[in-house]
Amino acid sequence: MQVELTVNGRQRSDEVEPRLLLVHYLREVCGLRAANVGCDTTSCGACTVLLNGTSVKSCTVLTVQANGQQVTTAEGLAVKGAGEEGGELHPVQAAFRQEHGLQCGFCTPGMVMATVGLLSENPHPTEAEVREGLEGNFCRCTGYHNIVRAVLAAAEAERTGTSA
Amino acid sequence: MSILGTRVLRTEDPRFLTTGGVYTEDVVDDRLAGACHVFFARSPVAHARIEAIDVSAAREAPGVIAVFTGADLAELPEIKPGALFNQQMTRRILATDKVRFVGEPVAVVVTEQAYQGEDAVELVDIDYAVLPAVVDFAEAASDKVLLYEEAGTNVAANFGDASALDEHLFDECEVVTTRTILNQRVAPAPMETRAAAAAWGEDGRVTAWIPNQGAQGTQGGLARLLGLKPEQVHIITPDVGGAFGAKFGADPEHALVAWVARQLGRPARWTETRYENLVAMTHGRAQWQTVTIGGKRDGTVLAYRLEIIQDSGAHVRLGAMLPFLTILMTPGPYEIPKAEAVAKSVVTNTTPIGAYRGAGRPEASAALERAMDLFAAEIGADPAEVRRRNLLPPFTEPHRTKFGALYDTGDYAAALDKALAAAGYDELRKEQAERRARGDTVAMGIGLASYVEITGMGDGEESPPQENATVEVHPDGTATILTGTSPHGQGHATAWAMLASEELGIPVDKITLKWGDTDLVPEGGGTGGSRSLQHGGSAVRQASQELIEIARERAASELEASAADLRFDVERSAFEVVGDPDASVPLAGLAEEERLVVRTVFTAPGATFPFGSHVAVVDVDTETGKVVLRRIVTVDDAGFVLNPLLAEGQRHGGIAQGAAQAFVEEVVYDADGNPLTASFADYPFLSATEVPSFELADMQTLTSYNPLGVKGIGEAGSIGATPAVQNAVVDALSHLGIRHIDMPASPQRVWQAIQAAKGNA
Repeated sequence: MQVELTVNGRQRSDEVEPRLLLVHYLREVCGLRAANVGCDTTSCGACTVLLNGTSVKSCTVLTVQANGQQVTTAEGLAVKGAGEEGGELHPVQAAFRQEHGLQCGFCTPGMVMATVGLLSENPHPTEAEVREGLEGNFCRCTGYHNIVRAVLAAAEAERTGTSA
Repeated sequence: MSILGTRVLRTEDPRFLTTGGVYTEDVVDDRLAGACHVFFARSPVAHARIEAIDVSAAREAPGVIAVFTGADLAELPEIKPGALFNQQMTRRILATDKVRFVGEPVAVVVTEQAYQGEDAVELVDIDYAVLPAVVDFAEAASDKVLLYEEAGTNVAANFGDASALDEHLFDECEVVTTRTILNQRVAPAPMETRAAAAAWGEDGRVTAWIPNQGAQGTQGGLARLLGLKPEQVHIITPDVGGAFGAKFGADPEHALVAWVARQLGRPARWTETRYENLVAMTHGRAQWQTVTIGGKRDGTVLAYRLEIIQDSGAHVRLGAMLPFLTILMTPGPYEIPKAEAVAKSVVTNTTPIGAYRGAGRPEASAALERAMDLFAAEIGADPAEVRRRNLLPPFTEPHRTKFGALYDTGDYAAALDKALAAAGYDELRKEQAERRARGDTVAMGIGLASYVEITGMGDGEESPPQENATVEVHPDGTATILTGTSPHGQGHATAWAMLASEELGIPVDKITLKWGDTDLVPEGGGTGGSRSLQHGGSAVRQASQELIEIARERAASELEASAADLRFDVERSAFEVVGDPDASVPLAGLAEEERLVVRTVFTAPGATFPFGSHVAVVDVDTETGKVVLRRIVTVDDAGFVLNPLLAEGQRHGGIAQGAAQAFVEEVVYDADGNPLTASFADYPFLSATEVPSFELADMQTLTSYNPLGVKGIGEAGSIGATPAVQNAVVDALSHLGIRHIDMPASPQRVWQAIQAAKGNA
């Protein structure tokens, strides 16, 4: 089937198998491999991306369902040249670094996208709301402690207009 | 000012946060162009004879390149257990005559595209003659049903002589109490599952990309499985998405991917599904422990006995060895006049057991800390008082235990007092008393655990622990470090750069760390057993210091001065003549004509023994059985802290995994050996809502075993947190007469214990 999507601001047109999952489309067709597959039951959230600004688990969306829509991945979130010298991280990404909210990095792109989605719905969450909001995103390394700190720091930076 | 001991942000992070790490499945490499995809047909039954395998339908399926069974792999060597174990418990790389657990690979399907493999693997038709399954590992030792008939027993090994236990061990005790407790099976479940990619070169060597904890060990393991020499195997370690002990060495699946690539003459790759991961990656823990503890009514413990049955799962792997470490740590941080321990490892029709964060030591700590609370309850004493009375006094000279462990330095009572103070223990007890007095249906519990553990072990005292490092300074002012450790989340790229920066004066962000490629780093012990900083980090520091001495000679010649008259100014990263600062040469400049590089090996006198105390506070709803972990306060003393940010991260992760075992996670099988927790929808993987933020108190007792004064921190949290949380749950219900609840303290288990205590059972 032919699909047309806007991925990280760029329009694409691709021929895909009807059963192709969005996460596999992003990884294999678009070459965007930040989103990871961590389970097969929509439990872990490692594949979380934004679909029209709302966080979704891209392992549970068919590419054809995303036809005509906007997808944002961790690669498309950074302000400019992130990962390079002089590059700028998105405030959520910056907060994750500042608070050591990542270790092995596998859950990280999904966790960051889930956080962006969470903060767009609830810009000033309490710790309990952060934990509820990220309940569907698993992390084995951090015990969630620094992830929660990072999300709260990103919200605070947004509120005060400072970068994390 | 020294950079050591400061909160340096990770240099690794920008990449992980934006483009994401490059895990094995993400690797794009010319050598892997046109790779085929490998899938495994796995046994759906726990114990059966394989009567027939029909692969014809699978071979006809779209995109299928080949299907292989054990018969095609007869050339590969038999897999034998280590010398300590029953030598008849051998197996083949693919099950041939018998399957012994659900998930054991039986056939290999190779396809052009990944989705085709998922379809075709279902078409492999295997006839099984089902046998009774041995699941209960306490029953496995009865040998009624044998997994390996030729072995004549399900016992893979005995540790100590159970018939020679001292019948007078408890003779002097006024009080003796005993209990059999379960240290349940849990799944390591790293977020990245297992994977492999392999391609053969014209030189007859295989290059294999495998997520692992030590490329050199994986190289040896892959070579053994394939009947190759290690030099025929080149391992490349991509980013690794967590390991927790379960990615050491090489598994049969990794070797089969390499074998397929050779057989078909084209590169091959494999990424397991979460289902496969939960049934076929090794699990952890799985001990039945009978603890017996006795002493005086004043709280003095006089004797302790630990009897273990270790479930090894279906294959003899590292899990069968875990009792060795558990027994080594039997007396923990206590001075117990008489103690003894014995164990047996048995095979069962379940997923093989391997290492999982702590590997044998959390089991020792869980048994002992439960026993201390059972003893305290028996004499009606405060658990903190009983611990304080029996802890070893502070020592700075090594202390040899009766079990052979040589504790380097320790101040266990100070750790306990610090944890109790940080938690506000007396206030907590007051709150508990008040709530009990007013009949609160939500019962509050306070649990303690004091522990000592072993990190950075070598292969016995004749073979002390070692690690190598290579440091090179480049003419452009950057530096490269090669390490034999293998980071997969720990932040070595930042930490090792800090160590080199301190000596070389080169900024952290100009230092690159490389690891995990056996061509670049042929030797190394990898990362596990909390060894990396104390050995690998010490090697980096030593190599940097040696490099400065080589550079000093070059600088002397350059400046036409005596080496003794030169001073290395770390701030400027330059040598200068003492008394004449204008006469100077930058360190990087000394690498222009000849490479400025040092490889060195750091050797430690032995393992180190970090210690600490944890205090957990729980609320238990006595009407539903639900446990809420309110607080966990920990002191984890691992000597000098190089980077508090990283050390705290290690503690957080360990605490979460430890707490998860206490009240959330468990791998469950039914009586026929069917796994009931084979997906993340069924396995209760700890989520953010189930833990609070953690409260960490700082304590640093240095060791003399390395110049940094550091011990291992990676596993501490999981060793202290499990018994602290479990003890808190039992403490919450102690006024009902409850003395023990097995882990995990799930609502069902807790509710049942409450009903039984009320006489409603």
